[in-house]
Order: sequence, then C-alpha cells, then structure tokens
Amino acid sequence: MAVQKDKAALREQIARRAEQEMESGMYVNLGIGMPTMVANYIDPDKQVVLQSENGLIGIGRFPYEDEVDPDLINAGKEIVTEAKGASYCDSAESFAMIRGEHLDLAVLGGMEVAANGDLANWMIPGKMIKGMGGAMDIVHGSKKVVIIMDHVSKHGEPKIVQECSLPLTGTGVVDRIITDRAVIDVTETGLTLVETAPGWTIDEITEATGAPLAVAENVKEMTV
Amino acid sequence: MKQIYTSFDEAVQHIQDYSTIMVGGFGLVGIPENLILALVRSNVQHLTVISNNCGVDDWGLGLLLENKQIDKMIGSYVGENKEFERQVIAGELEVELTPQGTLAERIRAGGAGIPAFYTPAGVGTPLAEGKEVRTFDGKDYLLQTGLKADVSLVRAAEGDTYGNLIYNKTARNFNPMMAAAGDITIAEVEALTEAGTLHPDHIHTPGIYVQGLIEGKQEKRIERYTIRERTAEGGN
Repeated sequence: MAVQKDKAALREQIARRAEQEMESGMYVNLGIGMPTMVANYIDPDKQVVLQSENGLIGIGRFPYEDEVDPDLINAGKEIVTEAKGASYCDSAESFAMIRGEHLDLAVLGGMEVAANGDLANWMIPGKMIKGMGGAMDIVHGSKKVVIIMDHVSKHGEPKIVQECSLPLTGTGVVDRIITDRAVIDVTETGLTLVETAPGWTIDEITEATGAPLAVAENVKEMTV
Repeated sequence: MKQIYTSFDEAVQHIQDYSTIMVGGFGLVGIPENLILALVRSNVQHLTVISNNCGVDDWGLGLLLENKQIDKMIGSYVGENKEFERQVIAGELEVELTPQGTLAERIRAGGAGIPAFYTPAGVGTPLAEGKEVRTFDGKDYLLQTGLKADVSLVRAAEGDTYGNLIYNKTARNFNPMMAAAGDITIAEVEALTEAGTLHPDHIHTPGIYVQGLIEGKQEKRIERYTIRERTAEGGN
C-alpha cells in the first residue's frame, strides 16, 4: 500500500503534473475548482495565456486589496487581475473561440471518465442540478482535454470506468487523465497507463481502474 | 430619440406579467442592479427570465426569486442560490439549463435574425433528448434555437444619449448579445454622457440596439473576495 499523503499535498501533486501539459505559446482554459489551482504552478518562463469563458483572455494573479476591480472576475467568480497582453470579449465571442478549437488545452475536473473518453462531470441524479456552465462547450473546443481528478471515489470505487454511469458532459472528448495515482491516455484502442504516481505500482493502479488498462512500453514514474 | 429615464421604476414599465426578459451579467458582475430592484418593486408576476445565473439569495435575480416573480428560468448555472433549489423541488419554478456557450449563441442568434444553429455542445448528453442531431464532416451537432426577449435589461459602464454603450472588463459578458435580442432594451449605465463624447471606435454596443437608458450607481457586490496579502518582502 502506498504511503498516504494528505489531501492538499495530493492535489498539489496533480496540479503540478497538469502544469507539465502546458507549453509556451499555448492558450489554456482551466476549469473551476482544482483545475484553477494549476495556475499557481505555471513556470514563469512559459508564456501561457489563460482563457476565462466569461470573457477574459489573459487571467492574472489575485489582486492586492488596492487593486480590486469588482468588474473583473474569472469564471469561478473570483476577483482576479489581468495578465500582461490580456484582452476582453463578450460571452458569445468567448465561446466562439472555444468551439472554434482555438484553445490548445483545457484542464477540467471529472466525476467519471470512460475508456472511450466519455466524460461525466456535471450532475448526479437525485441531487439538485446546478447546471453545466461552460463545460459542455469547452470539452468540444480544445485541441487537448485533460481531466484531473482523484483516481477513486471517496468510497474507493474507480472513477475511470468502462462506461460512465452518470449523465455525460461529452462523448469521446477526453485525451488524458491525471490522478493522484497515475497518468492515463485515452487512445483509439482504450486506456494506456503512461505514468505512475510516486508510491503506486502498476498492479495497484490497474486494480483501482474500472476498465482494461494497457501499459505503455516506456511507462515511467511521475516527476513533479 | 432614445428615452432617457430618471426613474428606475419608469424604466421597467414595459415589463408586464408573463413577459420574457433577458438580464445581463455573469454571476453578480455586469448585472443591472437598479433595474432589478425596480422590477422587484413593480411586483410583476410570471416572468420568464433568460440570464446565465440567477443571482444569490439576497442580491440580483435572487431578489426576484425570493419575491416569487419568476415562473421559468433559462440559464447555464444556478448553483449559488438556495431559494432557487427550494422552488424547483417544490415545483414552483421551471428551469431550462443550457450550456453556457449555447446560451450565449442562442441569444446572439436571436438578435441577429438566425432562427437556429448547430453546435457540438451537448451531443450524447441528456441535453440532446428531443433535439435534432445532424452530422457534418463526420461529427454530430445539435440543433439549438435562437432566443429573443420582450425586454432586455443590460448594464454598461458608459452610455451616451444615442444609446451607444461601452462595458468595463468582464462586466461585458452577456450584455451585448442581450441588448440586440430584446424587442425593447433598457441600459443601466454608470455614466451617461451627451452623444459625441464617446469615441466611436470604442463603442461595444451601437445605439441601434438600445431603446432606453438610465444612469445609476451600483453596489457591485463581490461573490469571492480573493485578494492577496502584501508580504513584508513586498510579494510578487
């Protein structure tokens, strides 16, 4: 059994690994919640532009108190600043650039991901539906969609499954899954394990995954 | 001539029982605060409201909910509001959830004379039930219809007496498309100036879309006050 890190440390590990998906010159949308944390770890040497679907291309850091403009928020409704080179647009144009596949990368949270890349991340039947926000558009718009989430649910059930049981956000939209235990690619032939997180063996990861998992020839340990 | 109002109560007089209205804003940013307050005072009933969110329990569209003035809500995310949940569960409020980009485009289409369009968002999800699916170049798309409103309420930073509007930062959001999609559009502006003072090349919403304007001061409530502290070293 792997050594248990505390939850905050695991979330940071996932966020740091997700940052490695970014390259200089990319336009990136970060989902609400854990994906937003990824922004804290972006290598300052990378020129990455963060797109916020409420109409800001170039999200900056959180403001100091004397910099606060209540008209300037990110999609999570947090007060932010604008980054160097930022621009604003309306919501229709924001989603036009999303659906038009102008984003290089989207990093989103997930409840379930299926072996064929189906994603469920917006509703649980029987619970109050809050709405999908921009997720159903964003999964179709990015050249690469990376889902970051815990490998298993709080009840220990796999969140990576053969077929999603929850209502879908999009079908066949996920390219890569980064969890506290592994990095898994969605390929035309199914799921492939490409990295193991520190402290987890291939067998343990396979056991905790609810769909057949091929192992990449060059599988390696995640470094963050 | 554009109607320049001095009373918010008069500015919302076109909205009546059973009206369909659009209300600009994303979260509490860019909402026409004073027009919403006037609508609460008017006590009009059975509204259909098209807006990305439905305010919070004690502010924005949440006030209309609390006063039970909304029959139906069309939006993309309504999770900030307990009264909303209560009314939906009690069957008092009908909800039509629409992906945010689809909502923005439905409003844009409504104001642009486009009755419907195809979008990939929602294919293969519960949203697709009952909707036409068509394949283009091997990929499936859903047919979505445009949206229009009897009255649109928008908010801008600056406006002039010809109805031209300029927004501030992310307070733009849904406001420009809603201005175009309302049969009557009323703009609440932070500063109203004489025509000719705004730079024509800086206008976001040309006055052709706007029928009435009123100047007002907003509270601009902040939902998530995420500020950073200056450290002794000066921070970065």
